[in-house]
Amino acid sequence: MLTETDLQAIWLTVRLAGITTLILLLIGTPVAWWLARSRAWWKGPVGAVVALPLVLPPSVLGFYLLLAMGPHGPVGQFTQSLGLGTLPFTFWGLVVASVFYSLPFMVQPLQNAFEAIGERPLEVAATLRASPFDTFFSVVLPLARPGFITAGILTFAHTVGEFGVVLMIGGNIPGVTRVASVQIYDHVEAMEYADAHRLAAVMLVFSFAVLLALYAWRPNPKKGA
Amino acid sequence: MKRLSVLFITLLAAAGAHAGEVQVAVAANFTAPAQQIAAEFARKTGHKAVLSFGATGKFYAQISNGAPFEVFLAADDTTPARLDKEGGTVAGSRFTYAVGTLVLWSAKADFVDGKGEVLKSGKFNKLSVANPKTAPYGAAAIETLTRLKLLDAVQPKLVQGENIAQTFQFASTGNADLAFVALSQVFKDGKLSSGSAWIVPGAMHEPIHQDAVILTKGKDNPAAAAFLEFLKSPYAHAVIQSYGYALR
Repeated sequence: MLTETDLQAIWLTVRLAGITTLILLLIGTPVAWWLARSRAWWKGPVGAVVALPLVLPPSVLGFYLLLAMGPHGPVGQFTQSLGLGTLPFTFWGLVVASVFYSLPFMVQPLQNAFEAIGERPLEVAATLRASPFDTFFSVVLPLARPGFITAGILTFAHTVGEFGVVLMIGGNIPGVTRVASVQIYDHVEAMEYADAHRLAAVMLVFSFAVLLALYAWRPNPKKGA
Repeated sequence: MKRLSVLFITLLAAAGAHAGEVQVAVAANFTAPAQQIAAEFARKTGHKAVLSFGATGKFYAQISNGAPFEVFLAADDTTPARLDKEGGTVAGSRFTYAVGTLVLWSAKADFVDGKGEVLKSGKFNKLSVANPKTAPYGAAAIETLTRLKLLDAVQPKLVQGENIAQTFQFASTGNADLAFVALSQVFKDGKLSSGSAWIVPGAMHEPIHQDAVILTKGKDNPAAAAFLEFLKSPYAHAVIQSYGYALR
């Protein structure tokens, strides 16, 4: 069976992915809404920045984050001035890194969902004297529900699959930054193949189940979304 | 186009006639001296040593699983001995090329005193060590902390580097105040390159005998034998000592 430290790593991973998903729901929704509705010239650059983590090697992200969050970096100076210390080697450091790392997985499905709604329902809502706020919660959110579910699942799963960035800024601390992917790497490096197999199998089954749920749930395109 | 390819083939043939190539797995602590030695090796013999750097334990796993390395410069003697026993090496090729020194280092000047008292004071944010399961310098660091009876006290402040290079990088970027690293990483020509350090007395841990060995994949490669021979040359010895290693 899984060892105590394996379970600790899994629980840590679930917590990291859960918190990251919640934070990204809050940050990603307005960003996606703006990207879906705006006609500003800098919509392009913002969209490109959001998509960067899809393309960048995790080592680039990890390198910049390590320097930025370190004691001499801008983020590090800021967190120190707040009396919070520095973020590398902490759980919240991993959360910040994961928010960057998984940003496109939240924003892009949401943006697609918002764009798919189109102008018509919003205009109808406006003629019925719904405030923009009301419109968003009574019209947009229900219509974009599939987008939210897709975005949430993808963000959660992608954060669970994070490895390179965590390796670079985590410091491999049990219960704090040693997530499941790093724990497996540790097992493999130490030639503890039996331990690696058990945890790796759990990850494989989990990832398959998540994707299966995602594809099974996705509405049939023939019926129209 | 045709003429270019003829030229290319001629060059390739010329290179192949005189010089070989050898794939070398190098323990991360020996990175700088290995690069210097490989450059001189290429100049003297015409052979090219292609160096890969990493944790000794990781290399062991990779070599056991068919990695294409021909020579292994480990950070300990137990890993090459284990490969010897498992038949993964050329018998009789193993020897100790350097004896490593562990050092407690900080990027800040005057942060580490000459006796390592800073460890007892607890006045530091993080202490970076290499993964003791895979990196011999990490194991030596844990042994030292155990002998000082400080392991439990510093446990909450420990962060682990994946190998000795990352362990050093955590401290050099200032993210960890302290790190147990190899003297070779912070020492050149008889003095510290930067920061402050406590050179851990050899009695605090098992000696770090670093062994080199020719692996089975390199048994018919003259460049592999030549590289190991070159490692025993007066030039290589001088380089090794200049980084603070002892010789056996």
